Amino acid sequence: MKLTKLLATAALALGMATTAMADKTKVGFVYVGPVGDGGWTYEHDQGRKAVVEAFGDKVETVYVESVPEGPDAERVMTQMALNGADLIFATSFGYMDAVQNVAKKFPKVKFEHATGYKTAPNVSVYSARFYEGRAVQGTIAGRMTKSNIIGYIASFPIPEVIRGINSAYIHAKKVNPDVEFKIVWVYTWFDPAKEADAAKTLIEQGADVILQHTDSTAPQAAAQKAGNVITFGQASDMAEYAPLPRVSSIIDNWGPYYVRRTKAVMDGTWESVSTWDGIREGMVKIGEISSAVPGDVKAEAEALRDAIAAGEYHPFTGPLNKQDGTPWLKEGEVADDGTLLGMNFYVEGIEGEIPQ
Amino acid sequence: MIALEKRPQPSQVWSVATPVIAVLATMVFGGILFAVLGKNPVEAIRTIFWEPLFGEHSFYYRPQLLVKGAPLVLIAIGLSLGFRAGIWNIGAEGQYIMGAIVGAGVGLAFYPMEAWFIFPLMVIAGALGGWVWAMIPAVLKVRFGTNEILVSLMLVYVAEQLLASMSLGLLKNPEGYGFPGSRNLQQYPSAHNADLIEGSGMHWGVVAAMIAVIFAYVLLNRHMRGFHIRLAGEAPRAARFAGVSPPRLILFCMGLSGALAGLAGLFEVSGPSGQISIDFNVGYGFTAIIVAFLGRLHPFGILLAGLLMALTYIGGDIAQSQMGLPAAAIQVFQGMLLFFLLAFDLLTNYRIRIGKAGVA
Amino acid sequence: MDLSAINPVLLLASLMVAATPILLAAIGELVVERAGVLNLGVEGMMIVGAITGFAISVETGSPWLGFLAAAAGGAVLALLFALLTQVALANQVASGLALTLFGLGLSSLMGQSYVGIKPPHFAEIDIPLFSDIPVLGPILFAQDPILYLGLALVAGTWAVLKYTRAGLILRAVGENHDAAHALGYKVVRIRVLAILFGGACAGLGGAYISLVRVPQWTEGMTAGAGWIALALVVFASWKPWRVLIGAWLFGGITVLQLNLQAAGVAIPVEYLAMSPYLVTILVLVILSADKSSAPASLGRTFHAST
Repeated sequence: MKLTKLLATAALALGMATTAMADKTKVGFVYVGPVGDGGWTYEHDQGRKAVVEAFGDKVETVYVESVPEGPDAERVMTQMALNGADLIFATSFGYMDAVQNVAKKFPKVKFEHATGYKTAPNVSVYSARFYEGRAVQGTIAGRMTKSNIIGYIASFPIPEVIRGINSAYIHAKKVNPDVEFKIVWVYTWFDPAKEADAAKTLIEQGADVILQHTDSTAPQAAAQKAGNVITFGQASDMAEYAPLPRVSSIIDNWGPYYVRRTKAVMDGTWESVSTWDGIREGMVKIGEISSAVPGDVKAEAEALRDAIAAGEYHPFTGPLNKQDGTPWLKEGEVADDGTLLGMNFYVEGIEGEIPQ
Repeated sequence: MIALEKRPQPSQVWSVATPVIAVLATMVFGGILFAVLGKNPVEAIRTIFWEPLFGEHSFYYRPQLLVKGAPLVLIAIGLSLGFRAGIWNIGAEGQYIMGAIVGAGVGLAFYPMEAWFIFPLMVIAGALGGWVWAMIPAVLKVRFGTNEILVSLMLVYVAEQLLASMSLGLLKNPEGYGFPGSRNLQQYPSAHNADLIEGSGMHWGVVAAMIAVIFAYVLLNRHMRGFHIRLAGEAPRAARFAGVSPPRLILFCMGLSGALAGLAGLFEVSGPSGQISIDFNVGYGFTAIIVAFLGRLHPFGILLAGLLMALTYIGGDIAQSQMGLPAAAIQVFQGMLLFFLLAFDLLTNYRIRIGKAGVA
Repeated sequence: MDLSAINPVLLLASLMVAATPILLAAIGELVVERAGVLNLGVEGMMIVGAITGFAISVETGSPWLGFLAAAAGGAVLALLFALLTQVALANQVASGLALTLFGLGLSSLMGQSYVGIKPPHFAEIDIPLFSDIPVLGPILFAQDPILYLGLALVAGTWAVLKYTRAGLILRAVGENHDAAHALGYKVVRIRVLAILFGGACAGLGGAYISLVRVPQWTEGMTAGAGWIALALVVFASWKPWRVLIGAWLFGGITVLQLNLQAAGVAIPVEYLAMSPYLVTILVLVILSADKSSAPASLGRTFHAST
């Protein structure tokens, strides 16, 4: 109790000191991986750079990379708050409870937690509707495949990943009823060698489209080597593999959100919100569809993208059944966010089981 | 011609002086590294070593030193006993994980019941989990003569896979929207290993680490078992004549180090960390091996070494966020510190003779 | 489930690629351990090799120079280990762990400007005629040169250890360093050379990941391959040909489980992922009947006292 007060007073004093001193807004970023991972953390750091670019001298950003989830994250965030951070972005799901703990001690500091679900008066959560991008990918994949086998490199069996598989499958199936998904779980977000092996395996088993939910470019390289296989960039654009094998990508585009939230802190208008943005808000970006994609397919994919962006179309629109054949969504019915957030089932047509 | 001559007795003076020299050497070379990276070296060194201890916010960092150092010390004490006897358990990371899984599992089995006996049961379960995991290499060594270094190392990977499986399956939080990871024990009062005095960083794990230090000191200096341990390491043949039973010594040392590692895991999962998750383990089990050697396998040395390691972690994070130093630079800096500490230890046990060729 | 989707020929061919990095690192470590030294820093040397090889081949445009530099990079890091353990007589277990920590940090510092770059392509050697042989052709005769180098190293190590005087001396040093010293062999010098060889091999293994198998540079990309290499040496009970079999088995289990998954077989992934380690333990137990397998002086510090 005493220490909590002490911490709060210290933070308050410091917060006032910094505002009085330079009128600079201090923004802290906590990263789960190294900024050089070329994927998840790299894109968050791009978001940080966007903040620097947008506000120049009026903002000071600090970051700590490769922070393990748990007590280390809690300490790093506390340290940032003590040193006068006004706003802290915690960019991994596993930081969720640590954010809650630190936020309680520093009511004046604003926290933004990526991909979590626990909010507080000074904690917002934000995430991106990557499944919207998966819908576009599925459409291109379904049209482009000749073997009708699409390989999917999945990381861990969690809702985020399952949602992506379902969305890609629904839209591939829509344009190509013969399509079949081969799903491989690699149990890692990042292990280039294993991802390369997974891609190779899928290609050897006849897949000519590889979708990945892991962060390295290893599958791209494997596809390039095999030839006649297309891939999609994940997390970052991976444009170095365009126009083939990489025909498009889903880009995590955190910059606009980070700029917006920093601005809100500067203006004193920051409020706790739960943000789940997609293509429309620009948090999910579809990377340039390359020249390897025929014009009509490209147009179809872009039309889908635009329909999603305009809010005219939701990737999970009925009629849809679950894998076991039980009805899920009626004709025209749209999935609610709650179900999507906790999605733990395949839709009808996907073979195999979700590992448990 | 430079020659080394073994001292009849380790030098008291040098055993105190070498760590200091090593830290100074690290500051010099680390400073050069930071300067090459374009950072003010003096500022960086000051941030790493001074800031957590005496800086503006040291009221917060000092308790954090205990939180970060306790598991390292607890594990390293257990390991050091075996190391002294020539028994190499390098799989503490796995035993740490197993202690956490079993301990947390017992706690979660009672959820949401509140009762005083839950936490003590978890402590026992945690120790047992680590103990069992360490008994595998121990029994295999006693029964078949299998190399314990390698078996215990292999079991680390098995434990890591079990951890992933538990976070995604059996122990997954049923109210966690399908995300991996168990319930947070911090929010389950009967299972929470909270600070004994809030904000002091003193949780049961810190207490256990301190008890372990004293226990190990007494054991080694005042107890027959401790004498046997030292004898087995220094003069194996003499030990056999003195009636030391190697199998019993192996089972004792491996079991004890496993139980302590398991305890460290349990205290971590029920306290600072709070939950079982895929990335729950952060390498304490491996770092503790280094801590054991930095502390010269001496209980009080280990205590200091554990706190020194904790200091470089905490100071390193501060240097990252305040000075923009990359995490990799901190890692290299830590590596240097270890190299120098290991290298200069030579002076404790050996005398350097210059100019007398042919003698050695 | 559709097991017919698995093509055994392709499976074997990609198994060999998956096995090469750990094979290279393990054969180096085998020589080190045969000389009586336990270097747990394989992971650190591999990743330093991975970045040195990557950086040099990007700068020069030549993968060959890259591999050469990777071997040198691994050896330089190994030299540090040699200085610590052979000259300063520091504990080998602790020094090796410190080496890994240092190597991981150093590699990411070195690699900061190489993220997201594609390395020059390293062409496979298609041995004419032979590569057209059905089944055996794609497995044995259409791989890249480093893979063949790995096989050659295994054969070479085996021959040197078994038939040459140098091999005999190396083994003598590993079995009983005091006796070897009494016979007038330079224990320290031999061990330093073995450690350098081990470092060079680990460096090559790392570069194989960053230049051929993946190919790209990302921090921490070896992702534990060095530790598997350590397991492999034990699995092989310090015999070169068994290292080859072990590497194929380890690589094979990974590739096979991915293949089974893709073919729609529901397998518990975590449990299959632990199986190589459990198998290694089992092998250790079986081998322990043969008391002579581990070098007797393994991990012990040598100081020539008069």
